[in-house]
Amino acid sequence: MDFWSIILDLSKGFGVTLKLFALTLVIAIPLGLVFAFLSMSKFKPLSYLMKAIIWVVRGTPLLLQCIIVTFIPSVLFSIPNKDVANFLNLDRIADLQFLFVLIAFSLNYACYFAVIFEGGIKSIPKGQQEAGQVLGLTKGQIFRRIVLMQVIRRIVAPMSNEIITLVKDTALARALGIMEVIMIAYEKVNKYVILTPLLYAGVFYLLFSGLLTILFHLLEKKISYYQVT
Amino acid sequence: MEEKFLEIRGLRKSFGSHEVLKGVDLSMKQGEILSIIGSSGSGKTTLLRCLNFLEFADAGSILLDGELLYDGEHMNVKKMSDEQFREKRLHFGLVFQSFNLFPQYTVLDNLMLAPKLLKRGTDAEIREHAEQLLERVGLADKKNAYPCELSGGQQQRVAIARALALDPQVLFFDEPTSALDPELTVEVLRVIKELKDFGRTMVIVTHEMEFAKNVSDRVIYMRDGVVEVDGTPEEVFEKSDNEHLRQFLNVGLSI
Repeated sequence: MDFWSIILDLSKGFGVTLKLFALTLVIAIPLGLVFAFLSMSKFKPLSYLMKAIIWVVRGTPLLLQCIIVTFIPSVLFSIPNKDVANFLNLDRIADLQFLFVLIAFSLNYACYFAVIFEGGIKSIPKGQQEAGQVLGLTKGQIFRRIVLMQVIRRIVAPMSNEIITLVKDTALARALGIMEVIMIAYEKVNKYVILTPLLYAGVFYLLFSGLLTILFHLLEKKISYYQVT
Repeated sequence: MEEKFLEIRGLRKSFGSHEVLKGVDLSMKQGEILSIIGSSGSGKTTLLRCLNFLEFADAGSILLDGELLYDGEHMNVKKMSDEQFREKRLHFGLVFQSFNLFPQYTVLDNLMLAPKLLKRGTDAEIREHAEQLLERVGLADKKNAYPCELSGGQQQRVAIARALALDPQVLFFDEPTSALDPELTVEVLRVIKELKDFGRTMVIVTHEMEFAKNVSDRVIYMRDGVVEVDGTPEEVFEKSDNEHLRQFLNVGLSI
């Protein structure tokens, strides 16, 4: 084995890592916003239900949630995963596993994001909304044109924390057979009896989270053109 | 109609068991400037908030130019949509004590946001109007500045211009100078005074007694959720023998 073939295989694994990372974000950010609004709903039962869900999801390990999602069709509905895969037109059982992991990750991160969004929205002074109201704007206009931008500014730091954590959390997916970068690295370790592939995998994470850190820093700079008065 | 442009009858509002407004009656003519004075907790701010539908009065009615805008007894407020109140709010403008400018927008964009969203004209028309208003409040050179770059007095003048951009039939001021240093207070009061010359109907909740005396056509003194004294500045400041009012006015002098 040579160095470059290991790196090539690891990159393929990291591709899976990135896919899980990106899809989770794409789903969890809007879903988190929905969760935040449900949690702030004036209809109390709905608000309490959402808060209870967030409590359960944040209070249990993500790994456990991944496993539970995997067993929901077979245990709860007596549908074998094979049939679920057929129904969804997935060729490989691995694709189904990936879907399960993606669902668990998205729900989990949506709950964390919801808490951040809710805090961010509540931190905007009531006067901003009232100023929009007396100017005759609709609720939607007030949220999109006045509140949202200010919320984004306030949540960049906590969001960047969560998002960088997500990069590393994707390593959990290997417990469900997803061929992500650590899993590939492990295979190499076992096959060639060397430890370096795991270190290389670490470097992949490090470089990517470094890139994210820079991007968040740039974003923070870009939206900090005004001061909150 | 001329006699009673804005008319408020028996307005009541409670927060929990605490009744803040205990039946407020008042009316004003078009083009009139009405100052509301009174100590903290007398219900002045709550009254303005009810008139702008930021709070909903439990009872009483609000009429503007003969049109019934609000009736606490007969309108099912809880069933009315936000959209209905949104339309009603457009009759009025409100300048807040804490300015509440939108920090992420430039001064010009603060003025243009609502007219644009409400489609009050083409972008060019809206921009021209906004620039005229900034000129009028003496801030034409600050149109591209962000609120954080302005002094409190400048921010409040922008807030006034922003409220004027929608050309409200009545403009309310909720203690517009309370958050300002004395030297900045002057510039804001000057702007309000100038608006009077444009025939703008205004209601000003204020602690600036000299201003209330010199600029308003009428002054009302609120105490404990009701209008206790209502009259010309002369009647209120010089001639009234209402004991509470006398006490209220003398507090400032007795330091």
